[in-house]
Amino acid sequence: MGSILDKYAGICGPEVIDQLRQLVAPLKGAKVVHVNSTRKGGGVAEILAKLVPLKKELGIDVSWEVITGDADFFKCTKGFHNALQGNKVEIPESLLNNYEQTNRHNAESLRDRLEDADIVFIHDPQPAPLLEYCPSRRGKWIWRCHIDASRPYRPVWKYLRNFVSGYDASVFSLAAFAQPLPHVEYLITPSIDPLSEKNIELDSSEVISVVSGLGIDMERPVMTQVSRFDIFKDPVGVIRAYRLTKKFVPTLQLVLAGGEATDDPEALTVLDEVRTAANDDPDIHVLLLPADAHRSINAIQRASDIVLQKSLKEGFGLTVTEAMWKGKPVIGGDTGGIRIQVVNHRTGFLVNTPEGAALRARYLLFHRGLLHEMGEKARNFVLENFLLTRHLREYLTVMVSLLHGRGDRIKLE
Amino acid sequence: MTKKKITRHPFEIKDCALAAVATGQKAQNLRELRDNLETVVPGSIAYHFWAGKLRPRFDDPEFNNDFASWSRHALHDKILAERLGMIDPTSFDRFEEMKQELLDIIEERLDELGHIPWASGDQQFYFITSQIVVFSARRTIVEPAELVSVIPEMTSSSIFYHFIDARRRTFGHLDDFRAWLYGFEDRYRDLCDILSNVDPFFSTLPELRDQLGGIFSEYFGSGR
Repeated sequence: MGSILDKYAGICGPEVIDQLRQLVAPLKGAKVVHVNSTRKGGGVAEILAKLVPLKKELGIDVSWEVITGDADFFKCTKGFHNALQGNKVEIPESLLNNYEQTNRHNAESLRDRLEDADIVFIHDPQPAPLLEYCPSRRGKWIWRCHIDASRPYRPVWKYLRNFVSGYDASVFSLAAFAQPLPHVEYLITPSIDPLSEKNIELDSSEVISVVSGLGIDMERPVMTQVSRFDIFKDPVGVIRAYRLTKKFVPTLQLVLAGGEATDDPEALTVLDEVRTAANDDPDIHVLLLPADAHRSINAIQRASDIVLQKSLKEGFGLTVTEAMWKGKPVIGGDTGGIRIQVVNHRTGFLVNTPEGAALRARYLLFHRGLLHEMGEKARNFVLENFLLTRHLREYLTVMVSLLHGRGDRIKLE
Repeated sequence: MTKKKITRHPFEIKDCALAAVATGQKAQNLRELRDNLETVVPGSIAYHFWAGKLRPRFDDPEFNNDFASWSRHALHDKILAERLGMIDPTSFDRFEEMKQELLDIIEERLDELGHIPWASGDQQFYFITSQIVVFSARRTIVEPAELVSVIPEMTSSSIFYHFIDARRRTFGHLDDFRAWLYGFEDRYRDLCDILSNVDPFFSTLPELRDQLGGIFSEYFGSGR
């Protein structure tokens, strides 16, 4: 057959897909529009690129619209993003005016489709004001916030709240990220796509070729952290954990893989600190990979014995899910969304210090059987809970709830 | 004697999906947990007792409800966790009674401690409630023996709906299977007794499905 749903059925089981087909029945023919600000790049576009065709195949009349804006518009929305994550960002009045003007302009071309839709999903702050410019809307409008807004910079949140308060509902990734709003706030945890370049099965020959090309010796144990060079990901703490472990496992190698971040001065500072801490150790591989090096990251994760995500602060941490999907136990910082994924002593370990990370790494490297058993449990845990199909089911549930129900129990006939 | 086919009690297999909803209420310490319990919507208390099975949670959970789990892991109060962990939501006829039991246990613990235990900044208890969407799995059975073939094909959420969620909505807090089987008068009373011994709280949904499948298979396989 070869449909997208069939491909997912091959991974998740046909009953999962059958359930989606039953759940979608009351939504058949419904007009649904997703709006964000980019077709490519970033997690939101990545998710929409998968969710939209899946919804279409399930019989929903779905479209994906992208708003456009100039450099100042994106400068402003980048400021929003940072401010929602808690950074103190002052955004000049001129940029705010441009933000509103850009949305007004985009509304002119999108208005007919948006006002005619049964459900409109507006992703993140960029297109949030569109609601205001569609006064004859007939459907339900949902603001989907993908950002960790648990401790937003208040003046910016206060400004944005004016635009999102009027929505019929919002969706946040975790309860901790939700802000008080005068409508129902759904919670949908993020997911990974098992068919994406980042997560798809790779031949061992490809894994060996990629990893060897990066100078990593697959005959020796490998410990990896994949993340931005950010102080909250504690890469220097990871190096310390590696050194403490290496005393007991002298052949150990460490891979710190992150994206190139030439436009982020903080990342460059952290990278300098990492290089200083690595002190030219030939077994520490600090890799700066292009943003689209998904297949290389995939190979590195698969070649690793243990994956770390020793964050000091973390929203959800999808790299944790990615590693678990590849059957790797994860040693993760005891913080944020990592706690939902790493079940202590079952799918990995939660740690608070480099010493804790080293202790658990040593333990796993000397108990190979347990390492593999934990990895297997980790993969199954992701299969049950963190794949795109679960994400889609929850989206459908939210849509059914909004269109067909009231109260806490909705019975479909 | 020929077996009389009973068709007046069809059993429609249903499935469900849950949408989690933030209530906006949260607790940083035990006193706040207590105060929020007084005002939170009933669906939230139910969610923290029942819905765990449909959320990301690992097998072999230490506690059967989120209040006990938070007391243990965020407040580090083992005594309170053990007491809260023993609350059986099916033993209360009215929601208010269960809420009062929770409040009594927490207040007693606050009195014993003489201080208020706090969770760290990022381990607040978030009160969540849910909307459950119930839909047909497009299969109806008329003979209890058909459960042998139906159970292994049910999704985890369908098992949740019929074996766990049912206890919130049926008279006498029964699962749907027993509620249906009792409709055959005394014919399946022994099977109902076996089902009543299945504790749904400490197994995963796939494990429950296997357990139920085994029970029905053994019962009907023996020629009854």
